[in-house]
Amino acid sequence: MAGHKELDKETGIHTTGHVWDGDLKELNRPLPRWWLYTFYVCILWAIGYWIAYPTWPLANGYTQGMLGYSQRATVTQQVDAAKAAQAGMRGQIEKASLADIRAKQDLLQFAMTGGKAIFADNCAACHGRGAQGGAGYPNLNDDDWIWGGTLENIQQTIQHGIRWSTDNDTRVSDMPKFGVDSILQPNQISDAAEYVLSISGKPTDQAAAERGKAVFAENCAACHGEDGKGNQELGAPNLTDAIWLYGGGKANVAESIRTGRGGSMPAWAGRLDKSAIKSLAIYVHSLGGGK
Amino acid sequence: MTHEPFEKNSIILLIGILIMVSIGGLVQIAPLFWIDSTIEKVSGMRPYSPLEQAGRNIYVREGCYLCHSQMIRTLRDEVERYGHYSLAAESMYDHPFQWGSKRTGPDLARVGGKYSDAWQREHLINPRAVVPESIMPSYPWLATTKLDYSKIVENMQTLNMVGVPYTQDMLAKAKVDLEAQANPDSAGVKDLLARYPKAKVGVFDGNAQEITELDAVIAYLQMLGTLVDFAKFDASGPNLR
Repeated sequence: MAGHKELDKETGIHTTGHVWDGDLKELNRPLPRWWLYTFYVCILWAIGYWIAYPTWPLANGYTQGMLGYSQRATVTQQVDAAKAAQAGMRGQIEKASLADIRAKQDLLQFAMTGGKAIFADNCAACHGRGAQGGAGYPNLNDDDWIWGGTLENIQQTIQHGIRWSTDNDTRVSDMPKFGVDSILQPNQISDAAEYVLSISGKPTDQAAAERGKAVFAENCAACHGEDGKGNQELGAPNLTDAIWLYGGGKANVAESIRTGRGGSMPAWAGRLDKSAIKSLAIYVHSLGGGK
Repeated sequence: MTHEPFEKNSIILLIGILIMVSIGGLVQIAPLFWIDSTIEKVSGMRPYSPLEQAGRNIYVREGCYLCHSQMIRTLRDEVERYGHYSLAAESMYDHPFQWGSKRTGPDLARVGGKYSDAWQREHLINPRAVVPESIMPSYPWLATTKLDYSKIVENMQTLNMVGVPYTQDMLAKAKVDLEAQANPDSAGVKDLLARYPKAKVGVFDGNAQEITELDAVIAYLQMLGTLVDFAKFDASGPNLR
């Protein structure tokens, strides 16, 4: 194939000296200079990179590079630096009582801003972006609290959750499954539901509500109170207002009696640190219904 | 040296190409099999329980990985939002891994325990029921489809062949364990937890009558990222990379 290089008469360009099939010759069209030199620079850059950064695998390990670069160390450093920048405020929030945080303008502002961001990322999925709640997830804007609406109550709920089995201090109360476990007959459940609707001021079947009153006194009053106003110590909701966690229709109320519901909320102690939980408590308390 | 032999003989050219491409593979991939620090030494990792593995299969079947990654990268915004960066050890029993390459939804590497079972249930059946602005598709059939776990033992045996350390005991009790995990009142829960520590037990789909695909998926989601004990993780030495 290799022949001698010659000047091609047609184009005035030298050939490479390659000849195929006896007379087929190749013109020498070298790569543009700028391209070639850029390529050489890239090779040099790569060699520099090998020296500076972790690159080549070895028998057991790899070349570490002169700069000692580590992605994991870098991110840890960045997170720590961000924490250090906030350490003053976070430290104060961690130490101060919730009431003091609310009293101090700068702490309050920091807690509110942080609490809002933390809420959006962790709480909004259930309680809604505007904390408006939904069926099974309480509205946090109103002043109807199931487990109490003081700053301390809210902090406790966030920290340990509700019926969250992996947390030993979680809030626990188990409403019996009156229907599922056959504690009450379907007609008794229906009557009790009518009675519950009657004490919340909804139009009901008077006769059924009258019968339900006895069922209520015997089965429900221990937790929800004789007047049905609930008990926050036990997480027993107030049944006399117009706020319903699982809906206020007769079917909803009857279903609650039948199954006991027993919704749960995660404990956030493992996921969020102390200052974050306190900030969140301040934020939730401020939404409108804090006691 | 002349390149004439390569240009004139296709077999020599082919062998040459093969050698060049192999070097790339050998340098980049092969060392990972013998370098000890590739997979970090951690405490807490265990193979998936049968119910979790069944849920994982459904997760793969439904293509969850197309929108959800399971890989918290070493970037500050990810670590602050999702938690500790993912370790290689955390996906060492994943076949196939679910790191994903695109996030339309959030990363799920540490979603375990972030929401309640009830939320996961409602959200999978209809995401808009709990998150009005969600664009995730609904998966209502999970709740109504009975979980087919007739092949779970074979599934675990196959995983065993590619290196997941299921013991003979685990294989023999696979179906018992699977049923126990979906029933907190079952007598088998204690044995299940001995074989698979930290497994979440519950009536995940809210229906104690039968084990559905929803049970399996939620059992899987609720354990994601919860196994490794980070208090004991040494983020230095060979783990610093």
